[in-house]
Amino acid sequence: MKTVEEIFELIKNKFPEAVFNLINTQPLDSYIEVSPLEVDKITFFLRDTEELLFDSLVLLSGVDDANGETKKDEDGGITITGGTLSVYYHLESTSLRHKVVLKASTPREKPEVVSVTEVWRCADWHEREAFDMVGIVFLNHPDLRRILLPYDWTAGYPLRKDYRNPEFYNGMKVPY
Amino acid sequence: MALKTEEMVLNMGPQHPSTHGVLRLELILEGEIIQKVTPHIGYLHRCFEKHTEAMTYPQVVPYTDRMDYLSSMYNEFGYAVAVEKLCGIEVPERVEYIRVIMGEFQRIASHLVAIGTYGIDIGAFTPFLYCFRDRETILNLFEITCGARLMYNYIWPGGVSHDLHPDFIRLAKEFIPYFRKTIDELNNLLSYNKIFIERTANVGILPKETAINFGITGPMLRASGFKWDIRKDDPYSVYNKFDFNIPVGQGLVGTVGDSWDRYYVRVLEMEESCKIIEQALEQIPEGDVSSAIPKRIKPPVGQVYGRVENPRGELGYFIISNGGTSPFRIKVRGPSFVNLSIIDELCRGYMIADVITILGTTDIVLGEVDR
Amino acid sequence: MGLLDKQFNDGNIVISTVDDVLNWARLSSLWQMSFGLACCAIEMMATSASHYDFDRFGVMPRPSPRQSDLIIISGTVTLKMATRIKRVYEQMPDPKYVISMGSCSNCGGPYWEHGYHVLKGIDRVIPVDVYVPGCPPRPEALLEGLLKLQDKIRKESLVKKSA
Repeated sequence: MKTVEEIFELIKNKFPEAVFNLINTQPLDSYIEVSPLEVDKITFFLRDTEELLFDSLVLLSGVDDANGETKKDEDGGITITGGTLSVYYHLESTSLRHKVVLKASTPREKPEVVSVTEVWRCADWHEREAFDMVGIVFLNHPDLRRILLPYDWTAGYPLRKDYRNPEFYNGMKVPY
Repeated sequence: MALKTEEMVLNMGPQHPSTHGVLRLELILEGEIIQKVTPHIGYLHRCFEKHTEAMTYPQVVPYTDRMDYLSSMYNEFGYAVAVEKLCGIEVPERVEYIRVIMGEFQRIASHLVAIGTYGIDIGAFTPFLYCFRDRETILNLFEITCGARLMYNYIWPGGVSHDLHPDFIRLAKEFIPYFRKTIDELNNLLSYNKIFIERTANVGILPKETAINFGITGPMLRASGFKWDIRKDDPYSVYNKFDFNIPVGQGLVGTVGDSWDRYYVRVLEMEESCKIIEQALEQIPEGDVSSAIPKRIKPPVGQVYGRVENPRGELGYFIISNGGTSPFRIKVRGPSFVNLSIIDELCRGYMIADVITILGTTDIVLGEVDR
Repeated sequence: MGLLDKQFNDGNIVISTVDDVLNWARLSSLWQMSFGLACCAIEMMATSASHYDFDRFGVMPRPSPRQSDLIIISGTVTLKMATRIKRVYEQMPDPKYVISMGSCSNCGGPYWEHGYHVLKGIDRVIPVDVYVPGCPPRPEALLEGLLKLQDKIRKESLVKKSA
């Protein structure tokens, strides 16, 4: 069983440009920041190395960091420009019993992260949900389309902080 | 002259008696054999994660109840474990024992619904009535404690809302031996029934490595022969003080990992829950249940992932806090969402009636799939 | 109405109005379409089980809309599901009745404020006869809703109302 610092050293030696740094927030969870376009190579290494053996993807979540410039609009809503959207990966090894958290941040205007569906088949639906709710595009995904909202939903991505409710959908009034 | 054949698309629509809720399955068939199954979900998407950004931490508890509506106590338990990890709150021991007792009763109630409705899917109507009769006794116990039958709002971060009713321990101790006789009755009615075995043995075999790669957890994974239970492998609350086994599928009437195994693991788990409840009722200490409930929850900046073992699998809450009284983002890892994604792999090559059999063993609750 | 066994002394002739007999027949055997959406569906299943029996009122669950005359909308109605509910409702033959069970289908329920995908009340799409409040309503509350619907059917008439 390895600690987060040892795992960080191992992947930093193998991928020096793609792994950025370890944010240590003990006693809460620490996480490792990685590059969004190299995530598939890093995760293949994490899954297949003898000492690490991360064979299970527990959770993949898309988050709107809301760290850009916030501007208040006339009708009470806000608009955010700049800043990042992030994807958090929670990995676990069932044989060696250790866990790690990775974070990949991409710019808000053009959010693109490489898909890890080849590594764990579990990521398929999680990535579709991150695309549906936050709007992150996953490159090389076999079937990237909306999963929870209707296929013809045009009102945007609901879990972004500057999302606005539509007035009508297919003739039905949406607000109370 | 060769015969021209075409594949047929059959829609098992959102309104269907056997899909356990609003799930749409699009089946592509060659005659009666399935070529591909595409599930379409989202018909019960109730925007849980958007609501949590506008509520304070204690106000989120009733919304977590309604996600997986068959195991509400466990949803609240998972949320309380995650928030207490985030804020560093220690709860009194009596609270931990009460939570475990309620959680295990909820596990029995949830498995009773799973078994009863699975019987209806296969065609046996009587076990459904027997299971719901026993479930009413458990819901009665919940009602004398917190006043509600289905949505409790009972387990708060930091404690529980009411102490146990004076009659609770006596009624619970009377229930356990009665229930053990009922499990025998159920086994005679359903588990060893020849027709049931013919319909479920060797149907939908799930190998262990595929299950781990797809992220399957809970009774589905244990039926494939892999012993993985959060209560033993990553213990939370006071589960490390109890002596219980983890039932694993052994392929008694077919292959390891078929539908009969996934059903039988649930029957065995009900027996293990009875053991845990008996031990907890003996060991429960005295104490004040509301002494650790904070007046205002304002956690430090950071993120945490807390998880528990739902009756359906691993339920996890990923909470990101930015220091305010409302969470910045809560993401829920629902076990039914992940378990449903494997339905395409499992159903290929079987017939339409087998799709119902396999779907029943995944034991999905659409409130958790769609959140 | 009670048991009608050995209640009449005048041989085989009973005199009544057509309205009474027709309404009595309709309200005593309302076949419902099983339409459970969310948590309220579990309480509806518990009502049909043996403790709070639904069958003693003549209510039987039918899987197809073409064979039923009552639909109980139990659970949250989302925008994606609302078009399908309308389609199923239009497939039911007349006379048909709708019971809206639970807060979510009455008015949007706990999701009224920030639910971007929740339809705030099924009466925005189909006409409702009886509303049963609760989250979820107890089985006794659902039985009272059914009795209120039976009262409503008892007052129906074939004759047009003249001014």
